Amino acid sequence: MTPLLQTKQLTGGYGDFQALFGIDVTVGAGEVVALIGANGAGKSTFLKSVAGLLRAAPSQILYKGAPIGGLPAERIVGQGIALVPEGRRLFPSLSVEENLRLGAYCGRPGRWDLDAVFGLFPVLRERRHHPATALSGGQQQMVAIGRALMSNPELLMCDELSLGLAPVIVREIYAALPAIVAGGMSAIIVEQDVRLARQVSSRFYCVQEGRVSLAGESASASDEAIAQAYFGVAA
Amino acid sequence: MNTLVNILLQGVLLGALYALFAMGQSLVFGVMRLTNIAHGDFIVLLVFLLFALTGIAHLPLAVALLLLVVIAFAAGYGVQYFLLNRVSSRDPLPSLMVTFGLSIVIQNVLQELFSADPRAIATGGFEALSVALPGGITVGYLPLLTLLATIGLTFGLQWLFGRTALGRAFRATSDDREIVQLMGVSHRRTYALAMAIAFVLIAVAAALYGMRTAVAPADGPALLLYAFEAVIIGGMGSFWGTFLGGMALGVAQQAGFYFDPGWGIWLGHVMFLAVLVVRPQGFLPKTA
Repeated sequence: MTPLLQTKQLTGGYGDFQALFGIDVTVGAGEVVALIGANGAGKSTFLKSVAGLLRAAPSQILYKGAPIGGLPAERIVGQGIALVPEGRRLFPSLSVEENLRLGAYCGRPGRWDLDAVFGLFPVLRERRHHPATALSGGQQQMVAIGRALMSNPELLMCDELSLGLAPVIVREIYAALPAIVAGGMSAIIVEQDVRLARQVSSRFYCVQEGRVSLAGESASASDEAIAQAYFGVAA
Repeated sequence: MNTLVNILLQGVLLGALYALFAMGQSLVFGVMRLTNIAHGDFIVLLVFLLFALTGIAHLPLAVALLLLVVIAFAAGYGVQYFLLNRVSSRDPLPSLMVTFGLSIVIQNVLQELFSADPRAIATGGFEALSVALPGGITVGYLPLLTLLATIGLTFGLQWLFGRTALGRAFRATSDDREIVQLMGVSHRRTYALAMAIAFVLIAVAAALYGMRTAVAPADGPALLLYAFEAVIIGGMGSFWGTFLGGMALGVAQQAGFYFDPGWGIWLGHVMFLAVLVVRPQGFLPKTA
């Protein structure tokens, strides 16, 4: 069976600075995969490359078996890959509802619409007419997730949902994840909190200095092996 | 009393034209932070295009106007997509240089083709018609039409930006042109559409301006100045700000003209400088 997403020796970076040195990641249909690693390991660069914001060679990224590397980002979202960007990056000139509606710009049909997102995060319905950046950090993260869901992706990529949020809010946000992937959606979760990442995923990849240093089942991997792969030294 | 009412009324009517000049500039700056130095020259260019369509090709005015709007839309899209998108970045200098160059090219090409003589659009005497109000005040049909067009277009733009999917895409692209691509919005096409709409506004302004007065190839920079002043007086918050900015400029000039025909333009600039000193953010500044 063809995996939903497969990267083959993915390289990439910013201008002259190379951040990825050949990453192989596979995501199956309906699977939740965690990407863990230290700051600057290349996790966000990986997601941006898959989303089309950074250049990649066509054959380095296969989606449903077809090469999509190098396609512009505005075409990739229409194929069913959505990114919740690091730091939320909501549009300050738009209200909560307008941010969500813009997420549906590509017009992919599916079960996610305004009502479905408000059903997932009821607090957003009350604040739908507020400017998006007037909300609390946790609520802004809900808008960012909802905005990505509005494009009805088959693959949802979340970059550091916990960034700048209180632990209790982080748990609340991750509690919504099972309901999101219940419809068969795949997800890549980038997270610094290793324990949290392993809890919500079935498999994980540990990235270190632009290379995959360890991959395995989230439930069965040993803490020592992960620490070794995470920091590059024996803990 | 009548004099005061007359100055205000004529000022508002003149201001409507300035607001119309400024509307395209306001749109382009709002969506892509582009300062178009050739804005005034594009107005003059379209006046001459309309002159060529009616005066040389002898098309009926209505047909020529329709053709002008279509050509303007396509030209605006093309100029942005193939030329200005290449120099659009956080650095404002490259686009300033390119539009400055366009300004010089347009002026000289028009002089080469049409000579330096001023030209006007023939309307069959419509520009001279007026209605007499009580108190000895006379209002021209053409200025009145200009005011109605400006009000209508301001409403239209405000609706487009506030209520439609395209308007959301415009505002979001202005906020963050990287992330908007993740929504499936091509910022290059959005920019091109914004310039296309700005060119339609320029076409309307050009038609009404060319009917009102004779226009010479080198008149563009003066029009650019009025557009700039109206945008800055109004603030960057909304198209109604630009509308108010145009009105303020028109009334100030009209007041100057009352005291001395040489004072009109001057008093407009003085009012602009006064606003910069007292309220540099403009009447309706951007709140977000």
